[in-house]
Amino acid sequence: MATETCVDAHFVKIEGLGKRYRADQPPVFEGVSFSIARGEFVCIIGHSGCGKTTILNVLAGLEAPGEGYVFMANRQLTGPGLDRGVVFQGHALLPWLSVEDNIAFAVRARHADWSRRQVREHGARFIEMVGLAHAARRKPAELSGGMKQRVGIARAFAVEPRMLLLDEPFGALDALTRGTIQDELLRICAATRQTVFMITHDVDEAILLADKILLMSDGPRARIAEIVVNPLPRTRQRETLHHDPLFYGLRNHLVDFLVHRAAGAEARSATLPRLVQFAGEGTGDASAEPGPVRMPVPARRMVSAAGRVHS
Amino acid sequence: MQAPPRIQAALLSLLLFGVLLGIWQLATRPVADTAARPLSAAEAEYAELMGQTAATGEAEKSNGFPTPWQFAATVAGQLADPFYDRGPNDKGIGIQLAHSLGRVAVGYLLALAVAVPLGFVVGMSPLLQRALDPFIQVLKPISPLAWMPIALYTIRDSTISGVFVIFICSAWPMLLNTAFGVATVRREWLNVARTLELGRLRTAFTVILPAAAPTILTGMRISMGIAWLVIVAAEMLVGGTGIGYFVWNEWNNLKLSNVLFAVLLIGLVGMALDLLLAGLQRRVSYGD
Repeated sequence: MATETCVDAHFVKIEGLGKRYRADQPPVFEGVSFSIARGEFVCIIGHSGCGKTTILNVLAGLEAPGEGYVFMANRQLTGPGLDRGVVFQGHALLPWLSVEDNIAFAVRARHADWSRRQVREHGARFIEMVGLAHAARRKPAELSGGMKQRVGIARAFAVEPRMLLLDEPFGALDALTRGTIQDELLRICAATRQTVFMITHDVDEAILLADKILLMSDGPRARIAEIVVNPLPRTRQRETLHHDPLFYGLRNHLVDFLVHRAAGAEARSATLPRLVQFAGEGTGDASAEPGPVRMPVPARRMVSAAGRVHS
Repeated sequence: MQAPPRIQAALLSLLLFGVLLGIWQLATRPVADTAARPLSAAEAEYAELMGQTAATGEAEKSNGFPTPWQFAATVAGQLADPFYDRGPNDKGIGIQLAHSLGRVAVGYLLALAVAVPLGFVVGMSPLLQRALDPFIQVLKPISPLAWMPIALYTIRDSTISGVFVIFICSAWPMLLNTAFGVATVRREWLNVARTLELGRLRTAFTVILPAAAPTILTGMRISMGIAWLVIVAAEMLVGGTGIGYFVWNEWNNLKLSNVLFAVLLIGLVGMALDLLLAGLQRRVSYGD
């Protein structure tokens, strides 16, 4: 039982990851270690060039790390596999296949022994899930950007991976579409208890979706400077999110990091990430890990800096 | 920009066609003074020796450039019986065309069978790509007809030599386009295949082939164009049968209206072949 909870808390474990693209240059990032619990939604934020995508590619097995290891359920990961589903930045749908064929392509890879009907029915469930049943026979070129990204998400879910990897999936979408798909993703992840690792540039997106937010300092030699535990309840919703008394404190903390501290010496020299937990009014001491840094909840005020990091 | 209306474009085409016919008619109308001039005794005797009757002032101008009307009569005559066969030097236009098309088909399909798989392998392997590049760069610009003597000497059969020339000229565009199409398949799509744990062979057939298909078809279309250009020249050189031989033979017979008819037919068949491949290309192309 004890070992099982241990596996659950450290379902995915990343140890001492580092990557160097040229021998005569300093590594892009180094000493990156963190873990993801089963069913946890983790977002990583950082400026461009700090190696977020590389970390995600290493988790996906598409790129080999220079140093360090990745474990999932106590097994080391060395290559790509069906146990991890990837939603690519540019959706990466096969444009010569219709929506349902794109999904079926992935399902057939997972279940080679299934009949044509089984594959179709399984795929239809996931197309339904992202609300695209009416567009199932269309080709990707006939879909809007938001719809394409939904298909990408449905495809990743359809292979029922143990971990979902999202590389800034909503970056190219307009704000309205982004909001709708965020809601959908939140609903689906809550329903399936999916373990998720996601890259984002959007602070509000991270607060809405993530249980834990990793903040990366600037590269080269980027590292994870802070691990911020989202204090907002898991039932958070986009419409009511900004009414939560803890919201602006958290948001300001994240924006301040990106605007001021990401390039600072303190963030860049930290050997171990700082664990940041917000204590809300009335909540007692909830620190579980040693050496937490507790942030006081600041008075509610408007944030002047933009919540979205432009790069 | 507004697309030009179809009907207007068609009308303009018809107008141009009419103008061209008019120019043709004007340029080839019988010149009065030479026809009216009475023949001298020597000319009459010469004409008689040549088996012509000198008496007719309106002698049939079999060796002049045909008028549109004469050309139309030739076309009607040829189309009335396209498949006659009266010995090696007198076959119907349909038989000649069938010979040419047959040679192109065999040479082209052989080239397809060799160049596309080879291009696939070359495109997948940067090493092979580099290693084969100098050969391709040297061999590609060689005029296909320059191969003819070598082919004739080694193969010792004119028909097979013709097929070989078609093969060698249509292989390059297909090889290069296939290699390019395969080498430039989006990294993303390959990553999708990798995360789905597809094997190499399955990735090749279900991701790389459909992704590269439009580029491969472009190569096939270029090759077909070249093959049809080359077969005419090759048949002129080799002789025997085929539309190219027909053109040369009719030139030797000074039957310009037959030459003209064959030229028109070469153009029409070339267009039909291109349309065929364009249709195929449309079927495999995808929007992005």
